[in-house]
Amino acid sequence: MIKAILVFNNHGKPRLSKFYQYFDESLQQQIIKETFQLVSKRDDNVCNFLEGGSLIGGSDYKLIYRHYATLYFVFCVDSSESELGILDLIQVFVETLDKCFENVCELDLIFHADAVHHILSELVMGGMVLQTNMNDIITRIEDQNKLIKQESGISAAPARAVSVVKSMNIPQQIKDIKLPDLPQAIKDLKF
Amino acid sequence: MALKKVKGNFERMFDKNLTDLVRGIRNNKDNEAKYIAQCIEEIKQELRQDNINVKCNAVAKLTYIQMLGYDISWAGFNIIEVMSSSRFTCKRIGYLAASQCFHPDSELLMLTTNMIRKDLNSQNQYDAGVALSGLSCFISPDLSRDLANDIMTLMSSTKPYLRMKAVLMMYKVFLRYPEALRPAFPKLKEKLEDPDPGVQSAAVNVICELARKNPKNYLPLAPVFFKLMTTSTNNWMLIKIIKLFGALTPLEPRLGKKLIEPLTNLIHSTSAMSLLYECINTVIAVLISISSGMPNHSASIQLCVQKLRILIVDSDQNLKYLGLLAMSKILKTHPKSVQTHKDLILACLDDKDESIRLRALDLLYGMVSKKNLMEIVKRLLGHMERAEGSAYRDELLYKVIEICAQSSYLYVTNFEWYMTVLVELIQLEAGSKHGRLIAEQLLDVAIRVPVVRQFAVNEMTNLLDTFAVSTQSNSMYEVLYAAAWIVGEFSGELADTERTLNILLRPRKLPGHIQGVYVQNVIKLFARLATTCLELQDMPGIVRLCDHVLEKLQHFNGSNDIEVQERANSACMLIEMLRKQLTQPEEASTGSIPPMAIEIVQEMALLFAGELIPVAPKAQRKVPLPDGLDLDEWINAPPPDDASSTSSEHDKDELFVSAVHDGNDATGGGGGGNGSHSGVKRRKSLELTPEQLERQRMARLIEQSNNPHYLKSTPNSASAAIGNSSNNSNADQYDNIDDIPITELPLDIEGVAALRVGITKRSDKYLKEQQEAAAHSKDAKKKHKKSKKSKKSKNKVAYNSSSESDAEPKIVHIVNTTLDMPEGVTLSDSEDKDGKYDPNDPHRALDIELDMAAFEAPARSSKTASASGKESVNAQIGSAASESMVPETGAMLSKKGKKSKEKTRGEHKTCKAQAQSQPDSVPDLIDTGSSPCRTATDNGNNNNNNNTAPSHVEHSQHLKKKKREKRAHKSSKLTNDEATANTLGSTTIIDVGETSAAHPEGDVSAAVDAKAHKKKHKKDKSQHKEKRTHKSPASEYEQPMGISTPSKEIF
Repeated sequence: MIKAILVFNNHGKPRLSKFYQYFDESLQQQIIKETFQLVSKRDDNVCNFLEGGSLIGGSDYKLIYRHYATLYFVFCVDSSESELGILDLIQVFVETLDKCFENVCELDLIFHADAVHHILSELVMGGMVLQTNMNDIITRIEDQNKLIKQESGISAAPARAVSVVKSMNIPQQIKDIKLPDLPQAIKDLKF
Repeated sequence: MALKKVKGNFERMFDKNLTDLVRGIRNNKDNEAKYIAQCIEEIKQELRQDNINVKCNAVAKLTYIQMLGYDISWAGFNIIEVMSSSRFTCKRIGYLAASQCFHPDSELLMLTTNMIRKDLNSQNQYDAGVALSGLSCFISPDLSRDLANDIMTLMSSTKPYLRMKAVLMMYKVFLRYPEALRPAFPKLKEKLEDPDPGVQSAAVNVICELARKNPKNYLPLAPVFFKLMTTSTNNWMLIKIIKLFGALTPLEPRLGKKLIEPLTNLIHSTSAMSLLYECINTVIAVLISISSGMPNHSASIQLCVQKLRILIVDSDQNLKYLGLLAMSKILKTHPKSVQTHKDLILACLDDKDESIRLRALDLLYGMVSKKNLMEIVKRLLGHMERAEGSAYRDELLYKVIEICAQSSYLYVTNFEWYMTVLVELIQLEAGSKHGRLIAEQLLDVAIRVPVVRQFAVNEMTNLLDTFAVSTQSNSMYEVLYAAAWIVGEFSGELADTERTLNILLRPRKLPGHIQGVYVQNVIKLFARLATTCLELQDMPGIVRLCDHVLEKLQHFNGSNDIEVQERANSACMLIEMLRKQLTQPEEASTGSIPPMAIEIVQEMALLFAGELIPVAPKAQRKVPLPDGLDLDEWINAPPPDDASSTSSEHDKDELFVSAVHDGNDATGGGGGGNGSHSGVKRRKSLELTPEQLERQRMARLIEQSNNPHYLKSTPNSASAAIGNSSNNSNADQYDNIDDIPITELPLDIEGVAALRVGITKRSDKYLKEQQEAAAHSKDAKKKHKKSKKSKKSKNKVAYNSSSESDAEPKIVHIVNTTLDMPEGVTLSDSEDKDGKYDPNDPHRALDIELDMAAFEAPARSSKTASASGKESVNAQIGSAASESMVPETGAMLSKKGKKSKEKTRGEHKTCKAQAQSQPDSVPDLIDTGSSPCRTATDNGNNNNNNNTAPSHVEHSQHLKKKKREKRAHKSSKLTNDEATANTLGSTTIIDVGETSAAHPEGDVSAAVDAKAHKKKHKKDKSQHKEKRTHKSPASEYEQPMGISTPSKEIF
């Protein structure tokens, strides 16, 4: 089982945190912080395994991480996972991100944290490895993105149609309507 | 209405979306908290609106904010609203938010049941997929119960994507709702043979997780897994299966025998390091489980060790680490094989990587011998000086002590050296958390090794003198406890008792329990000094001593700690009593010491006279519990003030316990290092008068003589008592020894014998040490080596033989010998040591580590479920559907299955005619794979078949299964062909594995295979990319992002 997946940068700023066991927010932050402290003082040429100690779960758990440029990808796993297997999983994850974002960089993770989550959910589900084949993962993600595009097409269509019919001069309309007042009025009506 | 919609869209244009939020946070680095608070206010506004898209946007932002550590559970309702949207876009955002912030105890979850059910049954597989992903993170027992059926239905969905997710989901359901396991298990098992490899892999994954917690229920699946193992090419799945076998083999050694060959083949053939490593691990597990010698046993071990050596010498630190990790598993059962690689392991001690050094340290435990112990310890001390990070230093300290103390100091030849090492550790590691451990060691050595006491007391005096208690946070001050006790207890050995007394009396800020020991030992030292004065007839000296101690004890009188106060007061009273006698006017004039004073001093000295005898911690167990004695029953109703009613013995106990009160249970026994020998306490509580003692003694004697279960005094102590009987108070004292059950004396005698042998070897010892001293150059520790003695073990022979050969006998000693212990060390003592190391075994720890709530529940259910599992296995084996599978697997097994002759013979008996045409392996397989299922059926019929008569069981089993076998026989013609086909198949597997290695961009198996390739590839790639980034201007992103320059680095 994977207990947590953390991505943070060289300064310890979290870029993605996924806990497969419940911790409250402050504890999560503490775990991220401690993990960062553990991982960041290690050289790049040392091994990628770390005994997590008391951090999460105790002696049965290991931290397995990889460091790519500015980002650390840390998986906290128990003894049922193969160490080298998880290292490869991290690689698959990063390569998938690379494919999905086209030359992924930290900024992609910052601004598309949700997308990263969606990608991750195709690799790991509830702490168990779901899919390790990158092509399959990418197919799933593309399918879902297509679905989203379709939906936004459908749902945006009536709105677009309405707006086109109503007026071509939308900016003017906005000014005329005095937007700030109207929502307030609506709110007043309702509540 | 339309207007409203339009307006909604307009508003959205001005709403902050997630990107704006992130950007905003980055622009407000200095007052991030304030900015986020403001954003949360905005989000609250947005959540109040009707437009689902607005809400969706708000929830997306909340998910981001949650990652930064803000609680968003207040938005639970809104998250559910978004989840329930019919649009996939919203749904996905909603489920993501839910998976991040909901947890199984969230009360809101009960609102979601129907919504999630709707999603699970949605036509769109991605709706269901997203729901499953989210649900897996927050599923509660209620949801599990309500949705178990829906998820089970999904397990037979036509879409592999959903089947895969549903299978994994079931594991979460089992955890929360164990009752689901039983009905779901047959289906789960079916999925092991799913046409889609992903689903197959998921099912393996789930069963591995289940079996890890309760392996024996999954033994019946062994044949299925065996088949998968020999046919699959998915390395990911193979790893899981091999890991599972590692968990199963301890329960079924016959399975292990079957596994050795295919695993060995895999080890030889695979190029995937991860698979190789897991194979080695499982082979090790198999070899551990097969305790009885197998002919090719040592060959397998050699192969493993050889392969591990390759891993360890690899330049890849990860492989090195794992190699050492696996080595430590072998070390436990086959220390000799590992010892041949001592050079390698010692080299790893100097590795720059801390994780690797730690693993090498683990192995060091098996590497030491009498010859190299000092050198290794010196090296470790050197590491300790250089090492950074308290955790690693602590670990080093612990290891130093562990390797020295193992098997009752088997490898320590010079205890003065060891004492010095301990003192050095104290000085080196003032911040360590292992103070207590060192204290235990000091006590243990001082008590067990009488000859080192003189050296010890003087070392301890120096320690007491110089040790500075810095912070309260660390535990090193615990050593003062041991030091004070040692100087007091063995005060006879002190060179300058007065100096030591003054050191103890020095007012210092120390924890109460240590001050208490100080006071107690001040009295001991006082008694010692007073006795000396008495002998010298030094009246002024004794008066001065009394005044001095009385004055200094005032510091302790005022202590906040009640224990210290009480002891100090008692001590003061005692000394004042003496002082009063000394100042009797009529006696003072004569200048001689008054007789009453002499008596008091003698009595005081007697309080502390007598020798401590180590008693095994388990000694008490040898005392049978008398009939009719209920230890849980109150002897007297618990009185409100028990202080007055407790016996004097109880008083002593309390006194004693409170000395170690501060949670210091381990140092208990007033000197029982590791609690391995509770000190035999013979001192009286101060309040008792000789008359009281006499009364109690008589009462005890009567009681003892009437009690058949009471351990009579052993000859040793009895004769001692007789010898001293002329002296009343001496007799008292020995009676007190008698009344403590010591059962270990026979062993004690053995130990004494060992000691005597050791003494005769003393001269040899000097020689040896000189040689060593010459060999190993001088260092700080060595100067203490001139030493008079150290216990020489019986390994004299080993010493005379070559250095290499002395490694041989010591391995034997690790396990059982305690003979070379200085004092009567009991066998149970070594048992205790073993017990102490075992918890370090990761697998053992694993059992305990599990979340008990989650664990017990599945355990309970899986018992029932396993019944169903067994039934299903039976059904499967019996059914025509499985026939094809069974013989096929059997054929694969047949290669080595033929070895087991007795089974074959049984087979011949039962299926005479069949035996010729049918491969032996069919029943063989059944025996192995389905033995629990066999017992299950046996139990159904009668319970008289059990494991003690396996062949009989097999026999009757064969009769019962004749029908099945006949059916199997039908297909047996196929088996031979299949056997060859399978051999071919397995070779092709290998081929496939190798070819996939050639394609680094392939699937995971390829990824696993091509680790090395890929690494290089990746490195090149990232370098390449970095170059690219450096070329591209950093301003590519929008200006406000201060960090954009440094952070726009590419992987």
